[in-house]
Amino acid sequence: MTTDVIDDQSEHDSHDGEHHDHKMTGIKRWLYTTNHKDIGSMYLWFSFIMFLTGGAMALVIRAELFQPGLQIIEPDFFNQMTTVHGLIMVFGAIMPAFTGLANWMLPMMVGAPDMALPRLNNWSFWILPFAFAILLSSFFMESGAPNFGWTFYAPLSTTYSNGSTAFFVFAVHIMGISSIMGAINIVVTIMNMRAPGMTYMKMPLFVWTFFITAYLLIAVMPVLAGTVTMVLTDTYFGTSFFDAAGGGDPVMFQHIFWFFGHPEVYIMILPAFGIVSTTIPAFSRKPLFGYSSMVYATASIAFLSFIVWAHHMFTTGMPLFGELFFMYCTMLIAVPTGVKVFNWAATMWRGSLSFETPMLFSIAFVILFTIGGFSGLMLAMTPADFQYHDTYFVVAHFHYVLVTGALFSIFAGAYYWLPKWTGYMYNDTLSKWHFWCSLISVNLLFFPMHFLGLAGMPRRIPDYALQFADFNKWVSIGGFAFGISQLIFLVLVIKCIRGGEKAPMKPWDGAEGLEWTVPSPAPYHTFTTPPKID
Amino acid sequence: MTNGESQNKLSKQAQATTHDASVKKTVKKLMLIVFGMFGFGFALVPLYDVFCDITGLNGKTSNVAASYNVKSIDTERTITVQFLTRTAKGIPWKFEPMVNEVEVHPGERKTVIFYAKNESTSDIVGQAVPSVSPGRAAVYFQKIECFCFNSQPLKASEDVEMGLQFYVDLDIPDDVSTITLSYTLYDITSSVDS
Ligand code: HEM
Ligand SMILES: [Cu+2]
Repeated sequence: MTTDVIDDQSEHDSHDGEHHDHKMTGIKRWLYTTNHKDIGSMYLWFSFIMFLTGGAMALVIRAELFQPGLQIIEPDFFNQMTTVHGLIMVFGAIMPAFTGLANWMLPMMVGAPDMALPRLNNWSFWILPFAFAILLSSFFMESGAPNFGWTFYAPLSTTYSNGSTAFFVFAVHIMGISSIMGAINIVVTIMNMRAPGMTYMKMPLFVWTFFITAYLLIAVMPVLAGTVTMVLTDTYFGTSFFDAAGGGDPVMFQHIFWFFGHPEVYIMILPAFGIVSTTIPAFSRKPLFGYSSMVYATASIAFLSFIVWAHHMFTTGMPLFGELFFMYCTMLIAVPTGVKVFNWAATMWRGSLSFETPMLFSIAFVILFTIGGFSGLMLAMTPADFQYHDTYFVVAHFHYVLVTGALFSIFAGAYYWLPKWTGYMYNDTLSKWHFWCSLISVNLLFFPMHFLGLAGMPRRIPDYALQFADFNKWVSIGGFAFGISQLIFLVLVIKCIRGGEKAPMKPWDGAEGLEWTVPSPAPYHTFTTPPKID
Repeated sequence: MTNGESQNKLSKQAQATTHDASVKKTVKKLMLIVFGMFGFGFALVPLYDVFCDITGLNGKTSNVAASYNVKSIDTERTITVQFLTRTAKGIPWKFEPMVNEVEVHPGERKTVIFYAKNESTSDIVGQAVPSVSPGRAAVYFQKIECFCFNSQPLKASEDVEMGLQFYVDLDIPDDVSTITLSYTLYDITSSVDS
């Protein structure tokens, strides 16, 4: 008798949940959803919209820089463009795209029915649009949007702020809260919801990289929140954290910011490592080479990322010991990173490779990310950095690691799992067009920036000396071509959602993992009873 | 329903509650990290100051007067001390050292005078902030008396001569032969008023 009561109760609970999700229609389904797949899709769409928004700003920048001289926009508006472009791409495009992938794939990969904290999940997504609405609304203020760079160095963001600092600070607070909630959800899901038998060292590498990234987020997003809070009180409430007149120190701003900032760049690349560590084995038809060394390499990169922050500050007048310490620690990061590149190459070595679009993006990732790593090593050499710092060389470096690195990995992942998400195969020709157009234009866009930087062109300037004109023209052409190429992806995704050739359960014959044991499209609820792993 | 099945359900139910408990525990631990790191961000401020005070990195000199109890003067060595002044954006004062540089022996006490004049028609409170280069000389540069220890109010058109008394420590590294002391003058009227 008693058992029956309990039984009814539990049956009732789970049914209630399902009814809830199924009954909702229209906008309410999306507003109230706690389903990890819905939330994952919303994150991915949001990130793509932000990607196009930030991209449009980049094109404004490139249009102005097409020729020397001031043609189209005022210098102050130019600064607003570089600032908001950076903020949107980092916090609006790359990070939410990874969170979206995590939402979609993590529960399926560990054999869980959903994320551990579904309601929190709904909140972490739905506060994001508000954050960006606040940030973008500052464009309509008299004083304009933030113009102090995505790095918001004091005193630019405090004493010399154009009045947009409050908008900026609140937007960043909300983005931070969203990321922290998302990260907590990821950690809790991985620690508590793995299917029986899935030990830590049996988790797919994708899961490992998100696990470690989530810890990084939990550790450094609060520091960012603290930094923006100090900027807020310095600007409006008379504190002097960063104001020399009141006993503060503007150089301290840079230390605190980069203590967040460097781990942040790894937050944007570790998940990328996870994605290509999934796709490369699938299309090489071989297991990932050196799985455990990959796990340890990821963990040591995460650890080292906390002790290299001052490589962004070599020219602030650090003592020799500091310069040497941060130089060697930074170079040390290249070791675990090299291990990873080696393992990807070794996975492909003698594999039976095939070149579907996810694999094309993954191979491009490995090669182009490595170029970004090399320019990073050049920047890590203190004496050389005195020459390169704040030039286009730095811009080239971080776009190689972020665009051809993080973004390309996201495309690889999207092409890999799109059939699982929509239930249809995408148009292969269109995807190849997207890849080749992106590949060629992205290199035209970013490779000449190395030369511009070496020749001394400063970053964040609306006008430049005549000798830089030719390269800048080509860079701008590359920029517009790259921007337009992304519309191919938009068309492809919409077509793929609408229909097409039916996707089988496992469209890639070399693919491994639990997500391929459920039908395509993945049903609304998967793994309500956990699978058994051996 | 057979007994075995209901037994099964029961244990599932029990599993669900222990599962909820462990989820809660993990969330609590993670929240502690979040709050801890938020605090740590702020703790970096005093930590950084302490670090700079101890090491003298960043050219920060002490904000408190040093007492002069040096036993001997090292006449073998001579150090050139140069003075620089600048006014921050927005403070309409004239501010300059009466001498541009002096020569001192380590251990020797010296006094120099700085001149400031409020060239505006309103009353302003100024604050001079010192910085020493090379940075590692900062801990050896001892100020016995300095106008930078306090803020300096000046009425419209008023002027003042301000003193700095200092000595250079005997154990200043051998390769330092020149020390530059630079003052930046800030307008802090608004923060003094409020
Ligand atoms: C081998 C690995 C890497 C090394 C040695 C390295 C080194 C450096 C150095 C020394 C700088 C400072 C340059 C300067 O301002 O003068 C820098 C800037 C930067 N790096 Fe890297 N980096 C590496 C990987 C990455 C990765 C993986 C990312 C992101 C996914 C990244 C993103 C950035 C960004 C965004 C900046 C510029 C920040 C700014 O000033 O706006 N780096 N890197
Ligand atoms: Cu860095």
